[in-house]
Amino acid sequence: MVLDWLPSVLIAVALSLAVIGAVRRVSLWRAGQPDKVDLIAGLMAMPKRYLHDLHDVVERDKYMSKTHAATGGGFVLSVVLILAVHLFGVDNQILAWALLAALVLMFVGALFVFKRRMDPPSRISKGPWMRLPKSLLAFSSAFIILTLPVAGILPEGTGGWVLTIILSVVIAMGLAEMMFGMTWGGPMKHAFAGALHLAFHRRQERFGGGRSTGLKPVDLTANDGKPEILGVSKPKDFKWNQLLGFDACVQCGRCEAMCPAFAAGQPLNPKKLIQDMVVGLAGGTDAKYAGSPYPGKEVGYAKGGPDQIITQGLVDPETLWSCTTCRACVEECPMMIEHVDAIVDMRRFLTMEKGSTPNKGAEVLDNIIATDNPNGYAPANRANWAADQNLPLMRDVKKADVLFWVSDGAFDMRSQRILRSFVKLMKAAHVDVAILGDEELDSGDVARRLGDDAAFQSLAKRNLEILSQYEFKTIVTTDPHAYHCLRNEYGDFGSDALDGVEVLHHTTYLNRLVQAGSLNLEPFKGGTVTYHDPCYLGRYNGEYEAPRELLRSLGIEIAEMERSGFRSRCCGGGGGAPITDIPGERRIADMRMEDVNTTGAELVAVGCQQCTAMLEGVVEPRPEVKDIAEILADQLIEEVH
Amino acid sequence: MQPNIKQSLDIVSLVSIGQHPQSGRVRRAEQDGRAVELGMNLGGDNLTVLHAGDPQEQALRTYAGMGLSSMQVLNLDTQDDAVPALADYLQQLRPDIVLTGVRAESGESSGMVPYLLAEKLNWPVVARIADIVSVEDGVAEVMLALPRGQRRALKVALPFVASVDNAAPEARQSAYGPGIRAQIEPLAAVKEEDAVRSNWSEAKAKPRPKRLKVVKAKTAAERFKAATAKPQGEAGKVLKGVPAKEQAQEIFNLLLEEKVI
Repeated sequence: MVLDWLPSVLIAVALSLAVIGAVRRVSLWRAGQPDKVDLIAGLMAMPKRYLHDLHDVVERDKYMSKTHAATGGGFVLSVVLILAVHLFGVDNQILAWALLAALVLMFVGALFVFKRRMDPPSRISKGPWMRLPKSLLAFSSAFIILTLPVAGILPEGTGGWVLTIILSVVIAMGLAEMMFGMTWGGPMKHAFAGALHLAFHRRQERFGGGRSTGLKPVDLTANDGKPEILGVSKPKDFKWNQLLGFDACVQCGRCEAMCPAFAAGQPLNPKKLIQDMVVGLAGGTDAKYAGSPYPGKEVGYAKGGPDQIITQGLVDPETLWSCTTCRACVEECPMMIEHVDAIVDMRRFLTMEKGSTPNKGAEVLDNIIATDNPNGYAPANRANWAADQNLPLMRDVKKADVLFWVSDGAFDMRSQRILRSFVKLMKAAHVDVAILGDEELDSGDVARRLGDDAAFQSLAKRNLEILSQYEFKTIVTTDPHAYHCLRNEYGDFGSDALDGVEVLHHTTYLNRLVQAGSLNLEPFKGGTVTYHDPCYLGRYNGEYEAPRELLRSLGIEIAEMERSGFRSRCCGGGGGAPITDIPGERRIADMRMEDVNTTGAELVAVGCQQCTAMLEGVVEPRPEVKDIAEILADQLIEEVH
Repeated sequence: MQPNIKQSLDIVSLVSIGQHPQSGRVRRAEQDGRAVELGMNLGGDNLTVLHAGDPQEQALRTYAGMGLSSMQVLNLDTQDDAVPALADYLQQLRPDIVLTGVRAESGESSGMVPYLLAEKLNWPVVARIADIVSVEDGVAEVMLALPRGQRRALKVALPFVASVDNAAPEARQSAYGPGIRAQIEPLAAVKEEDAVRSNWSEAKAKPRPKRLKVVKAKTAAERFKAATAKPQGEAGKVLKGVPAKEQAQEIFNLLLEEKVI
């Protein structure tokens, strides 16, 4: 080939530009707050995380996982070999053949990318992403032709000037996308930022099948108890690895397809939110964003920069308050981006600095602070529901096998039916159970999701203080929100009250009783039953099986909804969403009831008082809604003495 | 609605320590919060939020959380009377408007503070206002809150003391951050023991029997009227266009008749 120095010069130029871009990009992330991560260990673990954790999520879409493995794997291999063959000029036929194989693999993958982009689903972004398959094809095909002479398939100098010039143009195009674009904000940025995000993820525990769902506490002791800023007001208030995480977004829109608020037409789209965070960290506007907008909001008017307040021009507070913190987006994100953390971080600023929690937010927070329950009931009345239950109080007995954490359902007459059913079952199984009575306080779940971490921490510490006075082996609660707080969030406050204590949801505990034969139940004879997974039980705590096993133990064959298990759709009741009540086109609970209706179920089994309230709020005619404890209690064969 | 303010105003909002009716816990008092809210809407930066009592009291932070950069606290002990200290301080400060709640949620809760202060300062007192509409040439137009959502416009010359009714705009949300960062400035104060109070003994209130409400209304219209209309007093008398002396005499007679004096 004539001008055989040209390709290597192009490669060298593209590489240098990529390095400059990388340095620039890294400096954008470094504007964030420090966060301790083991850099070396992270980098070492990165390939494994890519092949396992990330790929496991991608694998849910088989077409895309194979396409990506071929394209991405082929590309990475090609780059290494291209550097050897074309930049350093290693003249080795085996290497050249290996390179050819890698390039062909990439080319085939790129063809499938191309095919999918012919009629793309609405959730994926268009714009520059539409040219990506062409760039992939250009890159791989040009290098195939360039490598043929080295591999000895074509004689040197084939094609003459014309081919050389055409080839050089195509190579330049391919290199621009794949090398330059990778660090200068093109679609390939996802590979560069994504790889580092996997290495330096803020929740390292998530890798290798782990679960990390508890929110990180705000440091209220900083600066002598007067922190300079609470929550995140500007992009640079995020931790540096959160910024890196935003940059890793590949705009596949799986989050968007799962988001209940988006489906309800509320002004939230998790993908757009992450892209707005990228706009914030890099500075500029969202004019180039080519995906679905926030429902009801036009794209192109959002402006931001690392030093500008996010809620003044970049993201409407309504967007942040639409989230139900159901974690469906996080569960679905192949890049393992933490949307909910970011949203709550920004809510913290709105609540703890601006005092602008919308609608009933302020009232509920005031109540929580003044009465330790969100509705402002007299704290002394907390145990009134149990007046006829003959339940021992921890204050009196000091010690019990099981502590029943009642939660704020104690004040709600509908939830009290769940509580009473549960107590009936516990008594039937002769469990040594006690309650805290009016010593129990709200778990702080709502306060925390509404951004008031100070109120949450105060409740958590006082609850732990009370718990530390008594002796028990297990805490069981019927409220998955309290369950999540006790199990995953109370550990951050340096108390040993829960050391060695097993925190369980009532379905888990009841399932153990049933499996151990402690409960005598008759088979269920009603109609079709479906089960709604509460977000805070399922995605937050991984408990999908116990409730199902319980239902099966009654002889129920569950008619599963399409969105169930880890893909369950939220009832709309989490994250304080019913309190902030951001208007949409539909109600999330109504959509969930439609999901139920498609199964033809006459009864929805639920494991959460909040879900019960939300689903029962759907207008009749609709299937009956019952907590699993209620269903079990109805089937209980009581001993007659 | 933005108030129409045509002069610079120095406003003082007096705040007390509230008490939650259900839990009995200290908090931002409902009406005092409204007094601060009104002061913030009127005065902007010329607002002094003043408390007489313990500067360490955490409940003060809930007022500061409304976005105050600082608060003034006349340092008093529990047995001290707030009125002399407040009067002395206000005498020196000479603000244009002093806003208070109607009555405190804790302590004596007599609702006398605005009246006693006005008496000591020799200022007019306006009870139960819902809003201050405008201030112009040393005269303020205020809206008095009457029962059942009714209002009465009133003009009053500065300076004056006003107590803020529950009908006034609700206090804004208190945010934790600004609350803990605000400067709480303790001030030396005139200390005078509240002799009357120290002789009192406190006991829990007993619930009183409730008179059952007999609904006489037969139709929906009657029920609606009963719920919304102003109760028609039978013995009222309206004096218009009568010399002030005769009006005063009439009031005096009524007070005698009712055995008030």
